[in-house]
Amino acid sequence: MASMEAAVPAGAVASAIDQDYALVGEGLTKVFGGFAAVKDVNLAVRRGSIHALIGPNGAGKTTCFNLLTKTLSPTKGRILLNGVDISRLRTAEVARRGLVRSFQISAIFPNLTVLENVRVALQASYGTGYHFWRSLRAVAPLNRRAEELLEQVGIVESRGTTAAELSYGKKRALEIATTLALEPEVMLLDEPTAGMGHEDVEPITELIRKVAVGRTVLLVEHNLSVVSNLCDRITVLQHGEVLAEGTYEQVSNDERVVEAYMGGVDE
Amino acid sequence: MIRLLLIAVAVALLAIAPFHFYSVTLMTIMCFVIFACSFNLLLGYSGLLCFGHAMFFGGAAYVTGYILKSTPISIELAILAGGVFSGLLGLLIGLLTIRRQGIQFAMITLAFSQFLYFIFLQSSFTGGEDGMQAIPRNALFGLFDVSQNLTYYYVVLAFTLVSVFVYYRVVHSPYGEILKAVRDNQPRVESLGFDPERIKLLAFVISAAMAGVAGGMKATVYQFATLTDASWPISAEVILMTLLGGLGTLLGPIFGAGIIIWLNDYLAGFGEWALISQGVILLIVIVFFRRGFVGELSALATYIANRRKPDPKAAASNPAGAQ
Ligand SMILES: Nc1ncnc2c1ncn2[C@@H]1O[C@H](COP(=O)(O)OP(=O)(O)OP(=O)(O)O)[C@@H](O)[C@H]1O
Ligand SMILES: [Mg+2]
Repeated sequence: MASMEAAVPAGAVASAIDQDYALVGEGLTKVFGGFAAVKDVNLAVRRGSIHALIGPNGAGKTTCFNLLTKTLSPTKGRILLNGVDISRLRTAEVARRGLVRSFQISAIFPNLTVLENVRVALQASYGTGYHFWRSLRAVAPLNRRAEELLEQVGIVESRGTTAAELSYGKKRALEIATTLALEPEVMLLDEPTAGMGHEDVEPITELIRKVAVGRTVLLVEHNLSVVSNLCDRITVLQHGEVLAEGTYEQVSNDERVVEAYMGGVDE
Repeated sequence: MIRLLLIAVAVALLAIAPFHFYSVTLMTIMCFVIFACSFNLLLGYSGLLCFGHAMFFGGAAYVTGYILKSTPISIELAILAGGVFSGLLGLLIGLLTIRRQGIQFAMITLAFSQFLYFIFLQSSFTGGEDGMQAIPRNALFGLFDVSQNLTYYYVVLAFTLVSVFVYYRVVHSPYGEILKAVRDNQPRVESLGFDPERIKLLAFVISAAMAGVAGGMKATVYQFATLTDASWPISAEVILMTLLGGLGTLLGPIFGAGIIIWLNDYLAGFGEWALISQGVILLIVIVFFRRGFVGELSALATYIANRRKPDPKAAASNPAGAQ
């Protein structure tokens, strides 16, 4: 490998990597007042794949997400989206470039209706966000697209319901619809099935599989059966560091992983 | 259709009101209706608790008063100038404070308003402790004499209707939708590619400008402007009106302002009792009627409507949102 790299101009290597990987974190480190929640993490998410980030509670998974979407600024390291360094951009700018996340705790707008929730996201590219002098008729053309998205996640019949009144599973579905509204190239999902009953897990898994087509997805997930039948590649974090990376087979047979993580979980 | 009819009836009632009630009280209520709407736009729809809203109200009162006293500019322009002044003041203060959240934002806005209060107290153009006296009501559009209260009532009514419409429009605009989303979940709005701070700043400026129109109008109603209008008890009173009427409800501040001003007026003869009763009312509202006057009423209406509907049918007619 080393000799090959030496033979090829650096630029060519970089561009080859750009094409293969949609999202790359290099040497990511985040220190909270002396405590390193994330230490020198390297993460490369292949374009078009579903990549899982797993690890015990407090391993630093959410912090990694926060770094990748620039919700937090890394203490060290850099982030490349399609080969472009986005380490210095703000969250909103990162989102506009096609990297959109969901949150571990359902991130919906509880006092808006289901349709309005999605329409907020659609307004981002529609450019009416500051139009305070116009009536809502100005955004009526977005309703069709909003309903399509709600249809896609299977909650279109709730379009007029106040989002706070949805069941937990439907809230997660709404959050995914809102995220999809931005037509993100890369989606980051933080524990999409957390806190769900068994009956909700299966539909959400299928939904993620469906919406992942043509996109790149990085997800944090505790439910290992979801991980095993959904994800192409898995990165295991522990104490803020990468413990192992590979396919589900490789990772689940890794002794350190079994010891550190899977041994402690009864699935 | 029914909505339009209701609005027409309300406007007609407002048009004949000064023949049955004291017009100055009615005009005072209207000034505070605008003021409370502006406050609700912040606290109710943006989630920003501004504890110094009196600076926009009182500051504009001086500006409008000063213009009327020292220039022949017509009265409606002087009131609008008060709004522009407060809007710009809001922009300046908003730029400095909008990043703060919750109680920090409340304290910093309070600090700014105390600072301005001090400036108004020390300045000579405000008349200091004595206030700005004898503000003339220059002719409307430079043509119509409005020195009589009964005539002026209709000017105030027009200003109020337009302001309430503006407030309604902002709340029910594409921007209003984003604003409510920021109130509900700011990090999420940011993750969708918006800049929540700029969105809140715009609400702050609009709210400040509206409060300015209210303050400027009050100066023309009483024909004087005082330090009281810029003092913290006024900031507290507008909070009380908004909470009493119903936070984040469209009509809440209108009722809240009406009830408080009417109570103040009614209880004025009882001295301290006015204050004590205000305190008791606030307590009752906070403990028992969290949603405020309008909020509780609409909750009650929904409850009754739901009970009337036979249950199986309610489940069958699924698209309940197609109101
Ligand atoms: N803003 C913060 N300030 C200080 N410490 C933090 C902060 N955010 C996270 N931490 C700490 O960093 C560590 C990693 O947290 P993180 O939320 O990334 O874990 P996680 O892997 O997502 O865990 P979980 O599975 O519980 O969601 C934890 O010990 C947490 O207490
Ligand atoms: Mg987490």
